[in-house]
Amino acid sequence: MKLSVWTYEGPPHVGAMRVATGMTGLHYVLHAPQGDTYADLLFTMIERRDHRPPVTYTTFQARDLGADTADLFKQACRDAYDRFRPQAVIVGASCTAELIQDDPGGLAETMGLPVPVIPLELPSYQRKENFGADETFFQIVRHLAKPMDRTPKVSANLLGPTALGFRHRDDIVEITRLLEELGIAVNVIAPMTASPADIARIGAAHFNVLMYPETGEAAARWCEKHLGQPYTKTVPIGVGATRDFVDEALSLAGVDALVDESRLRLPWWSQSVDSTYLTGKRVFLFGDATHVSAMARVAEAEMGFEVVGLGCYNREFARPIRALAREMGLTALITDDYLEVEAAIADLQPEMILGTQMERHIGKRLGIPCAVISAPVHVQDFPARYSPVMGFEGANVLFDTLVHPLVMGLEEHLLTMFREDFEFHDGAGASHHGGTAVPRLEEAEAPAAATAERPPVESTFEIVWRPDAERELRKIPFFVRGKAKRNTEKFAAERGVAEISIDTLYEAKAHYAR
Amino acid sequence: MTDHTPLPPARGCRDVPVLKQRGQREVFCGLTGIIWLHRKMQDAFFLVVGSRTCAHLLQSAAGVMIFAEPRFGTAILEEKDLAGMADAHDELDREVARLLSRRPDIRQLFLVGSCPSEVIKLDLARAAERLTRVHAPHVRVLNYTGSGIETTFTQGEDACLASMVPELPETEARELLLVGALPDVVEDQALALLSGLGLDRVRCLPARRRDEMPAVGPNTIFALVQPFLGETHAALERRGARHIAAPFPFGEEGTTAWLAAVAEAFGVPPERFNEVTAAPRARARKAIAAQSKELRGKRIFFFPDSQLEVPLARFLTRECGMEALEVGTPYLHRTICGPDLDLLAEGPVISEGQDVDLQLDRCRAARPDLTVCGLGLANPLEAEGLRTKWAIELVFTPVHFYEQAGDLAGLFSRPLRRRARLTGLERLPESAAP
Ligand code: SF4
Ligand code: SF4
Repeated sequence: MKLSVWTYEGPPHVGAMRVATGMTGLHYVLHAPQGDTYADLLFTMIERRDHRPPVTYTTFQARDLGADTADLFKQACRDAYDRFRPQAVIVGASCTAELIQDDPGGLAETMGLPVPVIPLELPSYQRKENFGADETFFQIVRHLAKPMDRTPKVSANLLGPTALGFRHRDDIVEITRLLEELGIAVNVIAPMTASPADIARIGAAHFNVLMYPETGEAAARWCEKHLGQPYTKTVPIGVGATRDFVDEALSLAGVDALVDESRLRLPWWSQSVDSTYLTGKRVFLFGDATHVSAMARVAEAEMGFEVVGLGCYNREFARPIRALAREMGLTALITDDYLEVEAAIADLQPEMILGTQMERHIGKRLGIPCAVISAPVHVQDFPARYSPVMGFEGANVLFDTLVHPLVMGLEEHLLTMFREDFEFHDGAGASHHGGTAVPRLEEAEAPAAATAERPPVESTFEIVWRPDAERELRKIPFFVRGKAKRNTEKFAAERGVAEISIDTLYEAKAHYAR
Repeated sequence: MTDHTPLPPARGCRDVPVLKQRGQREVFCGLTGIIWLHRKMQDAFFLVVGSRTCAHLLQSAAGVMIFAEPRFGTAILEEKDLAGMADAHDELDREVARLLSRRPDIRQLFLVGSCPSEVIKLDLARAAERLTRVHAPHVRVLNYTGSGIETTFTQGEDACLASMVPELPETEARELLLVGALPDVVEDQALALLSGLGLDRVRCLPARRRDEMPAVGPNTIFALVQPFLGETHAALERRGARHIAAPFPFGEEGTTAWLAAVAEAFGVPPERFNEVTAAPRARARKAIAAQSKELRGKRIFFFPDSQLEVPLARFLTRECGMEALEVGTPYLHRTICGPDLDLLAEGPVISEGQDVDLQLDRCRAARPDLTVCGLGLANPLEAEGLRTKWAIELVFTPVHFYEQAGDLAGLFSRPLRRRARLTGLERLPESAAP
């Protein structure tokens, strides 16, 4: 038993739903109680889908238990087939149905449906959402794909994009375009956009592009083994990775082409003088392993940040993340407990977090800006505009994403110069963020709740600021003042200093400066 | 006079046949109630004993993650807990001890059962007794189920309140008890109205804090403020308390009828009643009139969700001039909703339970002007050109009593008003283009 408040990943059947919802012509019959239908809103609300996910839930109740839950499943399966006429059906159990052991796969098989029925075994009490997606996609491919003649022109499949994925919608477009510029056609994009009939022709491609290892690796490996298709190992997020990816794709395709980088702006934007202030910004990275490792490279080598900590929530990929951290002289944080992540961030006091929806909240609480770079994400991370994170346009988008939460270069200088000026007064905030007026209810309540509900810093005595120190503190630009205040108090608490003077302030500053 | 509510209909819906279908239900489970209950009871923690699905549901239903550490969480069952029950109890004790030591502000802990804990027959009642012994007197531990195999959405609150009733102290006092979690601001308004009527000893279940929990006994007279409290109603009657049947306090008519029933039970003179209610009644009518312009003559279709559907249909048809096509409810408690059913003119289909696909077929065929449904259905129906109102907002927003009557109407008129405003989105037909 483990106490959990917020989770990075849902249960594995939600992963299966991400596969089914991304596809067309597929239907998922899920043996589950009524409350599990909440998962529909992830897709209709967060991703703003205009269709219900193609999922039928059996919604068995207590009174059905032991009596006819199996019949109920068969009835639901038959009704779903009759109503939706899918090309293939996937069947499985949610956590509760797993306990009543009705064997949806076996039941569905006996029904003689005229289309392929693919049973899913997703152990709900051991695994999570990404595993569910990966396994489901793998089972669909394994059941439907066959070896076949390759397309006459060199082609690749794009593997891994799902519904509710972070920027999958736009990454697909960007990578399709990039491959086409290299003279490589895209055969099938799956699971998102594919129908079961499309999955059946996966074997026609010459190789696979594994876009998201979290959700596509098992399928890619199977295709390598059974269809003889090699797959790409570089995930094209960032300038360097995109270039490496291009080289890898060209060599797998056995073609030569010059890549057109005229759309790429990140390198110049990063070299232009306004970006000088980005130098050595201390950043903390957390998310799924794929996005974190790609972003570590972007942060260090392409933005000039300093990565002070990193980690991922998906244990399946702990090993590469640990190795990467070691290379950077850091220790990776592998956990799905957001409280641990929060503690790590509070401890490191980075200047920016590159994380998920969860870290955005942590950042708000700690007063540290956060850019979202990985699932899980919320409705605001499904923007109306085109915003991939892969390929060259993706690199441009990343530059903007990473700079936006920060106060911009020129502004930072102006603030220091005119810090007593009325327009640059404390409360003003970064002028391009605007939202300081009336915080929303939940947010407004937060700080109070946080102080009330959290044990205070390890000190038992009250720390006071001497008036001159407090005046000095007010001269520090507001966007770093919170951190300076916290650091100084922590510094004082650790040394048993009860009264903070100007000296304490600057000693703390020296102590934390790196 | 348009500002007076119509006479009761010649034939209401109390005895109309109810359409019951059995198929997929598209509803939340009772765990969802934790989202508003934990805000209401400020020293309570809700510990779901369940699966990753339960944790994910709470996170998703809350919509925005609530800042700081909320007073709820899920003890996620793992493989080893399923194998041995003894271990599961030990694990639970350990998690609870850890939680309570970290959160000294917690005075009441609810162990909340889920589908997995029910299916493996994890005895949370026993666990609650045991843990109460360990952590008394500082913390009291209770249990109830919010599982999807037993409860639908708001029934979670019912189960929670019902679990508290046997624990309430005994009293002989003749007191009014308000039952149902209301936002504090609304509760304060209700208490002020009742105090105006001369009722000063009014208690609330749930109270905001454990120390303020009411006592109950044979002279307790209780009024429900929510229609979904069937179990709590039964538990209070078992304690000898008497229920005041009334329409629910939604809209001007509902609030007045509800207050009148209370006033009658306590012998409040009619002059005083009129004196106290006249001004807020007039305000409410005015507010409703302003908000309901877009609703007059429009047709509405309710998917089952919160059990608020019957009283809301009564409000919308009688005070906002709407026509109800179908009033779906997850569960129809005929006694509790009787007074509302009497006022709802016969005509709409009253349905209980759900086969969501068949109900969607009916909804598409009827093409209502407004559909009240869950979050999973809203955008898909909008994409089909149907205007929708998310049912969940009705339980998260203050909507009871006079001062919220206009807001309640506004919740329904806003989607229609919005659609009417969005005139720049349709592509003009070729011929009309300049
Ligand atoms: S329906 Fe059951 S398993 Fe699903 S979230 Fe609700 S209590 Fe948990
Ligand atoms: S406030 Fe405006 S001008 Fe100044 S840095 Fe931000 S965006 Fe640029």
